[in-house]
Amino acid sequence: MLSIKNLHASIEDKPILRGLDLEVKPGEVHAIMGPNGSGKSTLSYVLAGKDDYEVTEGSATLDGQDLFALAADERAAAGLFLAFQYPLEIPGVATMTFLKAAVNAQRRARGEGDLPTPQFMKLVREKADGLGISSDMLKRGLNVGFSGGEKKRNEILQMALLEPKLCVLDETDSGLDIDALKVVSEGVNALRAKDRAFVVITHYQRLLDHIAPDVVHVMAKGRIVRTGGPELAHELEARGYADYVGEAAA
Amino acid sequence: MPAVQETVARVREIDVDQYKYGFVTNIESDRAEKGLSEDTVRFISAKKGEPEWMLEWRLDAYRRWRTMVEPDWARVDYPPIAYDELYYYSAPKSTAGPKTLDEVDPELLRTYEKLGIPLREQEILAGVEQRRVAVDAVFDSVSVATTFKKELAQAGVIFCPISEAIREHPELVKKYLGSVVPTSDNFFATLNSAVFSDGSFVYVPKGVRCPMELSTYFRINEQNTGQFERTLIIADEGSFVSYLEGCTAPMRDENQLHAAVVELVAHDDAEIKYSTVQNWYPGDAEGKGGIYNFVTKRGDCRGRNSKISWTQVETGSAITWKYPSCILRGDGSRGEFYSIAISNGRQQVDSGTKMIHLGKNTTSKIISKGISAGRSQNTYRGLVSAHRKATNARNFTNCDSLLIGDECGAHTVPYLEAKTSTAVFEHEATTSKISDDQKFYCLQRGLSEEEAVALIVNGFVKDVLQQLPMEFAVEAQKLISISLEGSVG
Repeated sequence: MLSIKNLHASIEDKPILRGLDLEVKPGEVHAIMGPNGSGKSTLSYVLAGKDDYEVTEGSATLDGQDLFALAADERAAAGLFLAFQYPLEIPGVATMTFLKAAVNAQRRARGEGDLPTPQFMKLVREKADGLGISSDMLKRGLNVGFSGGEKKRNEILQMALLEPKLCVLDETDSGLDIDALKVVSEGVNALRAKDRAFVVITHYQRLLDHIAPDVVHVMAKGRIVRTGGPELAHELEARGYADYVGEAAA
Repeated sequence: MPAVQETVARVREIDVDQYKYGFVTNIESDRAEKGLSEDTVRFISAKKGEPEWMLEWRLDAYRRWRTMVEPDWARVDYPPIAYDELYYYSAPKSTAGPKTLDEVDPELLRTYEKLGIPLREQEILAGVEQRRVAVDAVFDSVSVATTFKKELAQAGVIFCPISEAIREHPELVKKYLGSVVPTSDNFFATLNSAVFSDGSFVYVPKGVRCPMELSTYFRINEQNTGQFERTLIIADEGSFVSYLEGCTAPMRDENQLHAAVVELVAHDDAEIKYSTVQNWYPGDAEGKGGIYNFVTKRGDCRGRNSKISWTQVETGSAITWKYPSCILRGDGSRGEFYSIAISNGRQQVDSGTKMIHLGKNTTSKIISKGISAGRSQNTYRGLVSAHRKATNARNFTNCDSLLIGDECGAHTVPYLEAKTSTAVFEHEATTSKISDDQKFYCLQRGLSEEEAVALIVNGFVKDVLQQLPMEFAVEAQKLISISLEGSVG
């Protein structure tokens, strides 16, 4: 599904990703762990098409489609979803309005018509209930005054509504208490499907207690330096990243 | 060469397609000779079949105007206007007294249809819905169709072209015309007083709540014709009226002068709500051909506890020079100003309000949202003043500017004058830019760049949009998206 080959990317001429390879098959959950500054978030931004990053070498395809040939909104319509570490606030735009704009924009990009409002409302209600999102929250300005947990749940709600092929979760566990972590993880698990893949970027093992990965990667200095099964996450939790920082530098 | 094609497509879009309401209707005109003289004034007055006193009023204004100098203090820049090269009166020819819509020139009805506001539909809709809208359609300079007159008459409300009011209700016109904006007020208002062509007249009698929203759609159509509307609205004691004004104009090459005057009078316990959606042709990408909009709008809260509120959505015109104001004369009166001013391309906006507190315990509120995109300049200019006798005057001002791109400018020029120590004026102002992160967040959810900007902007102006009557708010929201097209990428 997602195939990244020898990816190099920089920001303001500073190289961050230095030859990253990653293969993710449909239905799989891949965890990418690594120390701060290893380029984890950069990877998510580069895949999603943020302007500030420049791809200098390598390729990334989603179901064979060259991601770097698409604009950010086209990548979204192609089925790439990024759950932000810090979801943005948009004052004055009701969450519901934003959700509807996003759903319909993607439907139009795929040549489908807008979802009729009653049908859309019903769908949102259903998905929101499962994530403990109140209708009051949906009326408030997008992410404005939301707690950390509310923002992350709102990200998962968007994911659920947009039904992407590939979900990239960037440090979704950051700033969450244990209860919020549970709700968010359950939301993610509910979306696991054989034709959908996840790349879960996290610094800590604890998220992976809730979202069980099939494959765990260690990232350091802009590359994947080690790949293993779920047990690798536990090893990292016990021993820290010090080894890998040294290894990649060598 | 996709990049080149894209550029070409974008340029074409900006030049030709961007002004979606740019089209010219073909109706023979009956217009005055070019230029401005006493004869022009007499011609207009005669065309209107006006009484002698009205002609004298106009001539007085004309003579005064000849002695006046065009103001230059606003932050706008335009080549000198050749006043003697303009036409000051034009009227659609085949409009001699249509009794029903069937008698209205079909070409004209089609124009309204293109604008999405067919009068016919208005009538039908009104029969279905609770909410009713009466339309006094100003096509170029003459009101050609007035609907719902009967129902309004039953309530005792007078809603007609001002030319008709001059003939039918001279006592009211004599009493109120020029009582808020005197003929000597300012260069453009004085010009208007001399040559005003038509406009609306509204009188709501004592204790009457006007049974429907009153609405006028202005449209400038004749090439090279300055348009000078004159609107006068009087709300007698304890009455209420909501008035909507919406404008679109066809595309053209030469700058058009527009100098309207609107006067509002609210007596004791009366309330007037005046809403405007303005979408005149802003000019092409180089700023060529847009409308010059020099408007004087003023409301007089003449009575105790009276209230006047202005709500405006300004998206069009090459130059906007407009300060809808309130004179808070009556004790306990209240003035409000809610404004969205959007500038794109080469547009120049210098707009704001004046709240003049004269009576005791008067209050006012100003919410202004300025959005600048492209290479436009957007200035908020506002005056809040309290007279020495205006004890306990209160004002709250909130003035926010949003910048899109790096080549536009936003300016805020507030003037505060308090001559009583009991006055409390609050002023808040912010300037922000749409952040790349906000935009990226929207793009990542699948919105196009233009949709993202429109969404963020609509959020920014929400407080003001909420002040508009529902049907207008929807129209305004669309307009905001249209006027920001081409501002990104």
